[in-house]
Amino acid sequence: MSYKFTKEEAAGLFAKLSEKFDIYAPIRFKDAGRYAETDIIKYGKISSFDEGVYNEKSTYPMKEVLSPIQQALFYFTEDEYRESKCSTKPMLVFARPCDINAMKVQAKIYAGNGGFIDMYYERMRERVHYALLECNADDDTCFCVSMGTNTTDDYDAAFRFTDDAILIDAKDSAFEALVKDGKACDFKPEFVKENITKVTLPVIEDKETLNKLKAHPMWEQFNGRCISCGACTIACSTCTCFTTRDIIYGDNQEVGERRRVSASCQVDGFTTVAGGGSYRKTAGDKMRFKMLHKFHDYKARFKDSDMCVGCGRCINRCPELISITETLKKMNAALEEIKKEK
Amino acid sequence: MFNPIQPKPCKILSVKHETELEYTFRVEYDIKPDHGQFLQLSIPMIGEAPISVSEQGDGWLEFTIRNVGKVTSCIFEKKAGDVLFLRGPYGNGWPTEELKGKNVVVIAGGTGVSPVRSLLNYLYKTPGYAKSVNVIAGFKNEQSILFKNDLENWKKSFNATFCLDNEEKEGFRKGMVTTVIKELPLKDWGEDYAVIVVGPPVMMKFVGLELLKCGFDEKKIWMSFERKMSCAVGKCGHCRIDEVYVCLDGPVFPYTTAKNLVD
Repeated sequence: MSYKFTKEEAAGLFAKLSEKFDIYAPIRFKDAGRYAETDIIKYGKISSFDEGVYNEKSTYPMKEVLSPIQQALFYFTEDEYRESKCSTKPMLVFARPCDINAMKVQAKIYAGNGGFIDMYYERMRERVHYALLECNADDDTCFCVSMGTNTTDDYDAAFRFTDDAILIDAKDSAFEALVKDGKACDFKPEFVKENITKVTLPVIEDKETLNKLKAHPMWEQFNGRCISCGACTIACSTCTCFTTRDIIYGDNQEVGERRRVSASCQVDGFTTVAGGGSYRKTAGDKMRFKMLHKFHDYKARFKDSDMCVGCGRCINRCPELISITETLKKMNAALEEIKKEK
Repeated sequence: MFNPIQPKPCKILSVKHETELEYTFRVEYDIKPDHGQFLQLSIPMIGEAPISVSEQGDGWLEFTIRNVGKVTSCIFEKKAGDVLFLRGPYGNGWPTEELKGKNVVVIAGGTGVSPVRSLLNYLYKTPGYAKSVNVIAGFKNEQSILFKNDLENWKKSFNATFCLDNEEKEGFRKGMVTTVIKELPLKDWGEDYAVIVVGPPVMMKFVGLELLKCGFDEKKIWMSFERKMSCAVGKCGHCRIDEVYVCLDGPVFPYTTAKNLVD
């Protein structure tokens, strides 16, 4: 069933939802952007609907709610250590279909790979309920339709924020109980049907083709263009990689924590072992590693999907204007070449 | 909820100085790993490092650690009675079933002898498990020779050749381990053999090429990989190559897989 709340009723609705949920949404940080007078929009806990940004693509993905850029794993004191704690209150997270689909991709790694379930991820995932936001396919970097991530049914309720009302389509019965005071309406969420940008996914038939594609000169162009800053992987909806760091608090050598920090396969040191040995030393090698993970390796391991939801944030964030969709075109062209050589 | 990265404080029982840079730590631990598996060793407020098990006994494991990083240099300050934090074991270990009744070849270089030590000592203590055991172990120089007592035992029971890269010493051959491979009696073995290789990446590459050149079947060769690891449970992504996670699917790979794993 669908319900409508007027602007005046919004505060009351928020209060009611807050009793059950911690509510997360994209929040605007004014003038915090990379350039003068630009903002960033990133996820955080909100205390009123007005704080959320619902009609614009967030700069950073929703994944940060479930797997923060950094989090404490263990706290160390003199002669003991303890696991970090976490609230058990359910979370209501406003998210678009691409971001919700990205969580399915991440879960394959965090909550399954090798039979190990990451406790820190799982305890967050157990709390999460999604409030679907419709998407207006903001810009020409989006290609969710090509990735099949433009729709989802993994949400408790869909929301539409208009100038004078909030429209809610409650899919989950427990959620419906919270919003049934609203006026009945016929709102149904709409999904993106077409993007300006469309991609053709590369088909890599066998290991021989894969290794030929790895050796293809197309990757060398990134040696001059990519600065290996890792902005693409931090902005990525699906990237999961992290590093573990132990830190000491201030001057006290006896107290500290073991912390998980987001890591990037694009940044030097990602593969460096004790003693200094490392793999994939050039920017081109690193780009190749990332692209093949997104569009071959992940699917080869987990079967269901590629490791990209077409959110386009990596394109938005790259300071060198490198585009994942253009790189896909180059991969397809290289694969055509390899096929002809056979 | 079970936390797979929760370490456990464990008491160091003894510390043996093998070389200036390599010490063997015997640590109290209840779980018995497979030969070739590794654990995550850590010191709170310093960090974690993946270290392979070099020997095991009732209620203890040994780790032979090379002092090359931040974590290992802190471990080197520890003495018997001190505490190390452990979790694991992880990874797949050596294919011990594939070695049963076979002519087993073990080729190891430098600190790479550590991850095959417990296996070789098991074969030493279990005569008849393998048809024959052939060890080729190489060290850089006299100062870097590890496990002198074990080497003595292996020399007695196995067909063993020990090499020093560029030094003369009695009982050792001067030169690389690769030069010994062609002397193995492959013709007498027919199809009945298995080869395991571990060492620095360059050494493994050239050992692989030499084995193939000498007629060894790539399906009967296994190699152990070393990669950066942060979690050891398939989450952090550091050790991934293609669709393979070295911490989960390795560190031991059949050569048929290993040769296609291009970083």
